[in-house]
Amino acid sequence: MFSSPKYSPMGDRALLVRFGDTIDLNINSKVHALCRAIEEAKVYGVEECVPAYASLLVYYNPLKTSYERLVFQLKDLEPRLEKIGAKMRGLKIVVPVVYGGKFGPDLHNVAKYHNLTEKEVIRIHSETEYAVFMIGFVEGFPYMSKVPGAIATPRLDTPRLKIPAGSVGIAGNQTGIYPCESPGGWQIIGRTPLTLFNPYAKQPALFKPGDHVKFKSITVKEFETISRKA
Amino acid sequence: MELFRLVKPGLLTTVQDLGRFGFQKFGVPVSGAMDKYAFAAANVLLGNKVSDACLEITLVGPELEVLNEAQVAVAGADFSFMVNGDFASMWQMLNVKKGDAIAFSGSACSGCRAYLSIRGGIDVPLVLGSRSTYTRGGFGGYEGRRLKAGDVIRTFAPRQFLKTTRVMPRELIPDYEKEFFVNVTLGPQEDVFMAKGIETFLSSVYTVTSEADRMGYRLDGTPIERKSATEPLTDALTIGSVQVPGNGKPIVLMADAQTSGGYPKIATVATPDVSRLAQAKPNDKIYFNKISLTQAHTKYVEFIKMLNQLENRLIKQKV
Repeated sequence: MFSSPKYSPMGDRALLVRFGDTIDLNINSKVHALCRAIEEAKVYGVEECVPAYASLLVYYNPLKTSYERLVFQLKDLEPRLEKIGAKMRGLKIVVPVVYGGKFGPDLHNVAKYHNLTEKEVIRIHSETEYAVFMIGFVEGFPYMSKVPGAIATPRLDTPRLKIPAGSVGIAGNQTGIYPCESPGGWQIIGRTPLTLFNPYAKQPALFKPGDHVKFKSITVKEFETISRKA
Repeated sequence: MELFRLVKPGLLTTVQDLGRFGFQKFGVPVSGAMDKYAFAAANVLLGNKVSDACLEITLVGPELEVLNEAQVAVAGADFSFMVNGDFASMWQMLNVKKGDAIAFSGSACSGCRAYLSIRGGIDVPLVLGSRSTYTRGGFGGYEGRRLKAGDVIRTFAPRQFLKTTRVMPRELIPDYEKEFFVNVTLGPQEDVFMAKGIETFLSSVYTVTSEADRMGYRLDGTPIERKSATEPLTDALTIGSVQVPGNGKPIVLMADAQTSGGYPKIATVATPDVSRLAQAKPNDKIYFNKISLTQAHTKYVEFIKMLNQLENRLIKQKV
């Protein structure tokens, strides 16, 4: 964690606040605390906040406020962040996954990379509980960590143009789920039948930062049963 | 009310408004019209709200059959706009009647995107607060997708038709040159790049590649040098972010940009210049020009004021 947050402009409408440069729950909770503090204080001129692992992007309207004024106002919130806290809902969510085969074309790579069997990779991936740090990239995509070193694997050298919705991937010590078909470079080890994002629902995204996720290995038949119900 | 039936859809025709705000924290891209200036002009020419939904037309225009009397305007790229086989004027209000045929006979002679507005705005449901189409996610706009033949475009119960013709004065109609400057502010990760890398970025010419869409423009040109190969931690992106992947060739993020990413960002394109960039086509050439945040804010305020004052600057004549 940085000794004090770093403020920098990101274009003419946004301010980036960086608390650190690692994936760390303490840093991440500062990010969400600041997000909450800004939203609750209804800071004048702020339009939208976007939390990430270790930074918060704050959109503002330059016709209503200035960069300098905003930095001043956010610095004012800094000492109170600890007390405000991130207050995240912290749901425990179990995600059913079919590992390997056509649903997880890179399971083999991950096993080979670590000299493990595919079964061992599945066991380690599904035994670990992950924290959701942020939602980003595309709608409803949960960025989760921390994948144990025993199966953490770098991204593919060449990203795929199409990854099916529900694909579960690993990128370094992160794991995530693709909510819709999209391009991407994560190592795809399985697929879930769950719907991660529904724009018509009151709560459009299944996951929220602060949730805890465990994966559960299921069969193709179970996958189909859950898909049909959804 | 039903206004048009798509006879041919064109290359990529979607319903767009100003965008979907407040949901980036859930990973939802902003979407919206790529060129906000031409979009706003198309609406203002009909006395619409600046935020009313229009059709965004890309490179090859659609063919439309008019189902009911309407007032329309086309602004932006010139695709040879035609009504009943005759060339029709862009950047002005036009009356069309039942049975008329609207078409675009050429591919983009200049520019990349045009906006077709309808008096009253296009009637599609609001999804997460916006009528913009987000095709990758499959929601917003017309059933969450690009238009296809047979689709019927509706408008809200028509407001009274305008009784004056409204025309954009010539000096407010942009030329879309094939070579142009794009203003940027540096950062927020310029420290990842060597001084030489930043100099390369600001002094080289970059060419728009064929991989240029609503999500982003991949550019080709001199690779930008970096200090190390390590990628910064994934963080938020914005429309206009210039990210530099491992090959050193910049990508400018556009309206449907992903909300976060892990490539370092060398600069951010100024808001008015994002609209200009939206009119760039493959092979167009770009020079990045560094401006200060203060200059960027001055330009931003001028741009928004100009959009708000467009209405007053139109030439209005009684029919």
